[in-house]
Amino acid sequence: MVRAEAPEQAPDPTAAVQAAAIEVPPELVAQSLGEWLRAWLTRIRSGDSGVLPVILALLIITIVFQAISPNHVFLSAGNLVNLFQQSAYFMVLAMGELFVILLGEIDLSIAYAGGVGAAVTVQLVQPATTRWPWWAAVIAGLLVCAVIGALQGTLITRLRLSSLIVTLAGLLIWQGAMLIILGLAFSGYPSLAGLDSNRQVLYNLMNGTIDPVVSWIGAGVIVIAIAALLWFGDSRRRRSGLVAPPVSLTIIKIALIALIATAVVAICNVNRAAFGTQAGVPWVIPIVLGIFFAWMMLLQRTKFGRYVYAIGGNPEAARRAGINLAGVRTLCFIICSFTAGVGLLLYASYLGGMSGNINGGQLVLYAIASVVLAGTSLFGGRGRVIHGILGGLVIGGIYNGMGLLGLDVRWQFIVTGLVLLVAITIDSLSRRSATSGSAARV
Amino acid sequence: MGQVVKDATLGEPRFKARGVDKHFGPVQALTKVDLDLYAGQVTALCGDNGAGKSVLTKCIAGIYEIDHGQFFWEGNPVHIRTPRDAAKLGIETVYQDLALADNLDIVQNMFLGREELRNGLLNEDDMERAASKTLADLRVTTVRSIRQPVASLSGGQRQSVAVAKAVMWNSKLVMLDEPTAALGVVQTKQVLDLVRRLRDRGLAVMVISHNLNDVFEVADRIAVLHLGRMATQGRASDYDRQTVVDYMTTGASGRAGQPTGGDGAKSGAR
Repeated sequence: MVRAEAPEQAPDPTAAVQAAAIEVPPELVAQSLGEWLRAWLTRIRSGDSGVLPVILALLIITIVFQAISPNHVFLSAGNLVNLFQQSAYFMVLAMGELFVILLGEIDLSIAYAGGVGAAVTVQLVQPATTRWPWWAAVIAGLLVCAVIGALQGTLITRLRLSSLIVTLAGLLIWQGAMLIILGLAFSGYPSLAGLDSNRQVLYNLMNGTIDPVVSWIGAGVIVIAIAALLWFGDSRRRRSGLVAPPVSLTIIKIALIALIATAVVAICNVNRAAFGTQAGVPWVIPIVLGIFFAWMMLLQRTKFGRYVYAIGGNPEAARRAGINLAGVRTLCFIICSFTAGVGLLLYASYLGGMSGNINGGQLVLYAIASVVLAGTSLFGGRGRVIHGILGGLVIGGIYNGMGLLGLDVRWQFIVTGLVLLVAITIDSLSRRSATSGSAARV
Repeated sequence: MGQVVKDATLGEPRFKARGVDKHFGPVQALTKVDLDLYAGQVTALCGDNGAGKSVLTKCIAGIYEIDHGQFFWEGNPVHIRTPRDAAKLGIETVYQDLALADNLDIVQNMFLGREELRNGLLNEDDMERAASKTLADLRVTTVRSIRQPVASLSGGQRQSVAVAKAVMWNSKLVMLDEPTAALGVVQTKQVLDLVRRLRDRGLAVMVISHNLNDVFEVADRIAVLHLGRMATQGRASDYDRQTVVDYMTTGASGRAGQPTGGDGAKSGAR
């Protein structure tokens, strides 16, 4: 009772191919640059625009603030470097928050969880008391942050409590803990200003600069390394017939990276001091790039990163694939708090000491708004580390511009709220259009 | 009761269940169920709602542990207590909801949980090649790019990806839960063609289906559950649509055209 061989399968209905053409990322099917551009335009018209809106937002912010800031100071080298520094801790907080947002969870406690770590670090290097070397103090502070993340993550994953509620409680608890640590043994708040080289290192995280010549060499090395990785990676994939972008696109990507690196170093190397010289790339830029690169590798190139996306996309599929959901989720909360520790350490360095008056509520909302503005979905499963960088730059730009205009904290609150509202509206609307699109396909 | 006569022409079944009982609290979901699944044969598991099709499938897949009875794999008694045990034997299940992550692409979904590494990092190139080869072997050629997110696939393509994911791991028995539910005519045909190709590759295939059109289209053997008991099983050619419906609804068939013995099926419910 062997059946006759089934006839060759019917050709795919063309309608399905056309429907797919809109959905497939253009770089996957394009053979030439022209084809790629056409596919890209089609995709933007169908509502999936990638990082384009956030780039547009950056342009608009730049033009508006350049036009209305006093003496058109927004685009001056001094202000741009200041903008990079201000954006840096938004970026770092956002890159940490990304990990829990990718799961479809949220962490509201990052600013104070990170604040506890920064307070520990700053207290430990005080010459009047503990006098720890700066690196040991940093490790201790970041470890405290990781433990906080592990605690919250365990409550959320093992006891299945809502991350919103657990981290809302955390927001209060860690604020209290931070104030207690800051109040230890001092009447005032611990400072990073001082002549001892130990504290100087921490102060320089944000305020120190790299020698202009070294800046150029460093930027050159980084650009060449990235270019080589991109070029050899893409051409190897092209040779072995795997999905790869057209050659011209690889070249454009490399050129763009070289252009951005040149612009950043050129801006930073302008003498921005009123008296004497102050030039060079701030330390904070390579620090942020280092975190960006590490977390990008973690999310895009490791099993753990793959599982984060899988859990955010379909937890049931992840569970059936044998993935340890609780473990991956807890690790995401640890990474989030740990990264927040780095962010708040940068913030403390920027302030020149740790303050009990940090506005943790505002910082966490800025961090969430940063990634969501840039295209990360609060519903989980969609988002990239670069979103933290681009979104952080937008938020930093707004923050910096309002400062230039002399708008005080009352207006900052209102604008923070509005920015978050806009970001979440865009996210929800794009999700709705995406689901209605797939409903139409089925 | 429930006695199965061996199909002499097919040799030893790849998978055998004998006297399987399973209860949930006071509810007896399966009672002394016997089932044979042969290599290179598509077996359709039929039954009305609540007949125990899903429970039996999940027992074989290792999601539930059976209370009594014995499973045999290629003639040897085996215990299947966890999905891992099932996977080790080469048993893969494609559930009705497919369990694909919409935000991941086809390669990422096919390797989910079993990613290949090189120097500790994901080996995307090799995974893409292997996934591509599996899809080509199964003649799933309608997808535009193997790197497109699963969200952008049609229902039939998603089913194909889920099946390809199941057979990529040298599986020897594939169980498909309602593979054509919610599919259109063309896509149903694609999926049934795919099921035939699995059979032609020598896999044992079990298809759970309500749809008797599909059952008679693709099945070599038919097994019918009724209220947790195996009402009948045997060659598809020994049944017609009406007898299967009778077995599904009453657990017996009094009509002409029912199995007539030999190495075919026997009614075991009475």
